[in-house]
Amino acid sequence: MSEASSVAELATAVRNGTRSASEVLEAHLAEIDESEPSIHAFNLVTGDEARRQAAAVDAVVASGGDPGLLAGVPVALKDNLCTRGIPTTCSSRILEGWLPPYDATVVTRLREAGAVMVGKTNMDEFAMGSSTETSATGPTRNPCDLSRVPGGSSGGSAAAVAAGFAPLALGSDTGGSIRQPAALCGVVGMKPTYGTVSRYGLVAFASSLDQIGPFAGSVADAALCFDVIGGHDEADSTSLNRPSPRLLSVIDDGVEGMTIGVLTEFLDGADPVIAERTRMAAEALASAGARVEEVSVPEVALALSAYYLIAPAEASSNLARYDGVRFGLRVDAEDTVAMNTATRSAGFGAEVKRRIMLGTYALSAGYMDAYYGKALRVRTLIIEGFSRAYQRCDVLLGPTTPTTAFPLGAKVGDPMTMYLSDVCTIPTNLAGHPAISVPFGTDDGGLPVGVQLLAPALAESTLVRVAAVVEAAAPGWTGTRGVGS
Amino acid sequence: MTEHPGRITREDVAHVARLARLRLTDDELDLYTGQLGVILDHAADVASLDLDGVAPTAHAMAVTNVLRSDTPRPGLDRDEVLAAAPEVEQHRFRVPRILGEAP
Repeated sequence: MSEASSVAELATAVRNGTRSASEVLEAHLAEIDESEPSIHAFNLVTGDEARRQAAAVDAVVASGGDPGLLAGVPVALKDNLCTRGIPTTCSSRILEGWLPPYDATVVTRLREAGAVMVGKTNMDEFAMGSSTETSATGPTRNPCDLSRVPGGSSGGSAAAVAAGFAPLALGSDTGGSIRQPAALCGVVGMKPTYGTVSRYGLVAFASSLDQIGPFAGSVADAALCFDVIGGHDEADSTSLNRPSPRLLSVIDDGVEGMTIGVLTEFLDGADPVIAERTRMAAEALASAGARVEEVSVPEVALALSAYYLIAPAEASSNLARYDGVRFGLRVDAEDTVAMNTATRSAGFGAEVKRRIMLGTYALSAGYMDAYYGKALRVRTLIIEGFSRAYQRCDVLLGPTTPTTAFPLGAKVGDPMTMYLSDVCTIPTNLAGHPAISVPFGTDDGGLPVGVQLLAPALAESTLVRVAAVVEAAAPGWTGTRGVGS
Repeated sequence: MTEHPGRITREDVAHVARLARLRLTDDELDLYTGQLGVILDHAADVASLDLDGVAPTAHAMAVTNVLRSDTPRPGLDRDEVLAAAPEVEQHRFRVPRILGEAP
């Protein structure tokens, strides 16, 4: 089979009839058949639905029409994105069997661009976790080393792209849930500016932090995906009313004249090999014509604590809707309050219960000012800290994660240790800014290392320009990852 | 520095579990009391700050007064929505009796 080097080229081949969407799909479904049993990236593979969509794309091409920018491109969707009539579980027992009555806006946009949905990916339950081990359907395994976690919460989406099950996947990033698994699985993961991608149809975890974004084999593929899913949506009142993004057209513009700040706080806590990789990325940017300097944003040290008050507080409110009345699981009991309690106690897993209680406590009488109120003020300090850095720098550089992929079971029993996996990604969410994780070689054991680029709000075009330069300098980069079949 | 709230107790955890409509076993109460205590201890770096002069940020990209165009359009299909409900009666969600009512 001919090798396509990018999603754009794959879509072009389908649009001009060189390849059929059905043939592309079958190659990916074969890959899934072969390796999915050992990886468990999916909660559901939607083969029949995908075959219908691919046939529809091919019919459009045959009739002389244009199916769109992602014609025939297989896409995997995190299982917290609503798909009409197709199960959407959030990897939770409480939503088992639920069929959403509508599609998320991103799902509609992907379909309108000709993409073919191959399945719903595994995740930490309700996106609460950093390893995909809190899933009620069991953990996903890292395709690079099956004894290790893929990261989380969007671990299934990251693994799907890394394993070649689909060249593109969507995830959601509340505290790093796209970038951290992307780093651990060796793929690109991008968290866009809050409000640039509609959250309509994304099952809510922490509404002021949640943002949908792409996983891809390259920065260019992620940029193209963002161009398709981004843009204003009336159905999401937090969607920013701005022109739709066009990142792909600027991606090769280089970094000459830019100033890149290496974020010292992120380097300090990272494993030596990851810090070393980050410095190599900085040198590559300097060689490409950027000015590189060290930058300190001391406020980011407070981000983890602020996040673990704000996100659970919002979650405790959002997850009140799972009460056994309108959808999902119901466990019968003698009266409605007992039914609510029995349903939630049986339907939620341990991590979700922990965060609901943490959030309820942080919002409860007597503690709200000390915890939630303080955390919101710290959020202001973090935004001010970044603003100071961005007066001097166009983009900040640091590790995505403090460690490479850890063994299954290593952290799942110790919540605080698990939470520290997201120490480099959380500040971005609190600020609402965009950031991207780019693979940059491996550690001594061959596990992928990700470096992270951070930019001010709405500076996605600057971000992907820098990311493309870092990617081209990465050890082992051959021009693509995972699109081949 | 402001005063840091006291350590979360087993009674506090039982209280928030009740508020959140979660039933915990005795073992779970012990487990969560310990785990929430560790997380809140970590949060002492935030809770102990004096931030009186700092404004809170609830949304990083706040937008206000969002209105969509006043164009009628169909809502969700009623039957499709009700099909997802655990129990339905006469096109309504059916629940067990509410406390204090006759069955």
